[in-house]
Amino acid sequence: MSQKLNPQIPLVEFRDVSFAINGGASIIDQLNLIVSQGETLVLLGESGCGKTTTLRLINRLLSPTSGAVLVESRSTTEWDVIALRRRTGYVIQEAGLFPHFTVAENVALVPMLEHWEKPRVDDRVREMLALVGLDAARFADRYPRELSGGQRQRVGVARALAADPPLLLMDEPFGALDPLTRASLQKEFAELKSRLGKTVIFVTHDVREALLLGTRIALMDKGKIVLLERPESFVKSSNKLAQAYLETLKTDLVLAP
Amino acid sequence: MLEFLKSNWSDILAHIAQHVWLVAISIAIAILIALPVGILITRKKRLRGPVLGIANVMQTIPSLALFGFLIPLPFIGGIGPRTAIVALVFYALLPIIRNTVTGILGVDANVREAAVAMGMTDRQVLFKVELPLAMSVILTGVRVAVVITIGVAIIAATVGAGGLGEYIFAGLRNNKSELLLAGAVPSAVMALIADFGFSVIEKRFEPDAKRIATSRQRFLRGLAWATLALTIVLMGYATWRGMRSSPGSSINSAPVTIASKDFTESELLAEIVAQMLESKGVAVNRRFDLGGNLVHTALLAGEIDLYPEYTGTAFTAILHHVPISEPKAVYDQVKRDYAEQFKVEVGAPLGFDNTFAILVRGEDARRLNLKTISQAAPHTKQWRAGFGEDFKNRADGYPGFARAYGLQFIQEPQQMALDLSYTALASRKVDLIAGNSTDGRIAALDLVQLEDDRHYFPPYEAVFMARQDSLARVPALREVLQKLAGAISTDEMRKLNYEVDGAKRDKKVVVREWLVGKGFVQ
Repeated sequence: MSQKLNPQIPLVEFRDVSFAINGGASIIDQLNLIVSQGETLVLLGESGCGKTTTLRLINRLLSPTSGAVLVESRSTTEWDVIALRRRTGYVIQEAGLFPHFTVAENVALVPMLEHWEKPRVDDRVREMLALVGLDAARFADRYPRELSGGQRQRVGVARALAADPPLLLMDEPFGALDPLTRASLQKEFAELKSRLGKTVIFVTHDVREALLLGTRIALMDKGKIVLLERPESFVKSSNKLAQAYLETLKTDLVLAP
Repeated sequence: MLEFLKSNWSDILAHIAQHVWLVAISIAIAILIALPVGILITRKKRLRGPVLGIANVMQTIPSLALFGFLIPLPFIGGIGPRTAIVALVFYALLPIIRNTVTGILGVDANVREAAVAMGMTDRQVLFKVELPLAMSVILTGVRVAVVITIGVAIIAATVGAGGLGEYIFAGLRNNKSELLLAGAVPSAVMALIADFGFSVIEKRFEPDAKRIATSRQRFLRGLAWATLALTIVLMGYATWRGMRSSPGSSINSAPVTIASKDFTESELLAEIVAQMLESKGVAVNRRFDLGGNLVHTALLAGEIDLYPEYTGTAFTAILHHVPISEPKAVYDQVKRDYAEQFKVEVGAPLGFDNTFAILVRGEDARRLNLKTISQAAPHTKQWRAGFGEDFKNRADGYPGFARAYGLQFIQEPQQMALDLSYTALASRKVDLIAGNSTDGRIAALDLVQLEDDRHYFPPYEAVFMARQDSLARVPALREVLQKLAGAISTDEMRKLNYEVDGAKRDKKVVVREWLVGKGFVQ
């Protein structure tokens, strides 16, 4: 299922994008960013820095106040919004699974909306569950409340990938999990995404997660990108905020027995 | 009680079924209105306050006031189930709208965001995510609405919509506890069953409910379905009975609709006209038992053709004139005003008055040779008096009355329930009371009415109020009313009332006997 990748083609592009609510202070301020096919861009920053807003501008849960967000070279405001969203996988914290749907029904959501044939949907659900490490025979007919947090998040990822979208948006998907589960899911996801070759835009406030998963890290502060680097350059950056983040990493290590 | 059940079970069942019908139709309509409205105002935030406000106000309107307001309205108004259903729908709207809003807005924001971000259309978000997740909350609203409606539907009997309220009102009026229970128990049980049944169904729709039912849940669910089945059977029975009992004679197909107020005398008078018309081969629709002044409203709206009224009531309560005591003057004024203002003809007086009657024990009257109130006045210094609340407190009641005749009692007259004052007089607890001149107990308890020789009380002569167009349309109606002019004496009316209230006999039979005795029918 891996797609032909061309790192030179921009999949998502922000052109002078600002966003404010009802004429208030800018949440996103003159943002410029190009995300190429196949890369995993991590938006790193504290709460309120605008990273989630940036993500939501891409699948037009929000529209820019000024400037343009381009997906596959087309402004999001020109896209048919439903088509845009169905081509964009979306995973959020707590997964947002439908409590009244079974695991299989949750995963099958977008294929069903796209009117796939039933056998094809069933195959796809089994395939996706296997991909995220869940045994379809055991889990397909369960309801979300019967799953652990980690299992729910796996279903969330499976649901986002089900219709094979070229772009995956993830908003702190592992944020609410316990440390051990989070670590194993991060590792599995890192393998998964390199296998699938999706373009991923990933929001986190965890610098360790950013370094592990990102091909590039965009450090955000007050609605702007203050640093945009590959992980190996990021750790050497002289940027104060970046150093503060890296400092927490060292503290962690020092405190570790 | 058992006897009563044995001989009336099919009638009770029919009333229950009628009641269920009223509730079911009202709730169905209310859902059809409230659900879309509720959904709309989750979308249009600005409409939310006003809409909920209006629904709130609707629910605070007293039901009788609402009926009075609805009766004259075309299309949705009138007398009968239609008006009742409109009112019931009004009362059912608020809980359903409110819970629809609460349920939808209560859907987890993450779930809604995921639905939108997955590329669901607005419609899909609503039908696949929001409504299913809000369903148990919405059903709670429906449950509340159903329970409210079962209660309010009792009042529907006052506009002639049938249902269990007929028993309850008849029971209250005639002080018959078995009638009261026949109405109250089934409606209470109905409310409990509805409450319980919906709570079980709600559980099924709770998104977090365990899908694997325990045996207890299976039992409850079975019970809920059985209740539903029973409800449907009852509704079917009501429909069948309704169709059988009135073969094609719906409200409008009978040429004359006769109404009465909700007390025995009024019903008897209406029944007299009904039987006389029927003996002439005119089909008649009976709309008895209408509460308050709904009859007058219904007459003006053309919902009914005639009903019995009292000149004093028409003069003061409807035309708002200051009371006067000359019967002829009151009658003439009422006749003139009704013709001009309402296009209603006031029939000739029937021959009796139903006014306040000053009553003493027969033995006292005979011993002291009392005929008039003036003759009794000197004796009141040794007497105690007992009055109903109405007479004791209104301006044209006791205060003015005592002044007019210069009455003084041993002590301030006691205030007591009107019904009790008759027995209090007969058992010598008091010596003078103010009753109704046509009450059957006057004769039964050997009481004597003293003549109002100073004409203090305004006259309450019984007359029929008939629409002019009805009289023109049905010539037999005028013949009947002419025959009844002066035909019923106060004594006769007392006897008729006593036969029903005292001897507990069937109204139709009592009327029939009287008509035959008078030679009005064969």
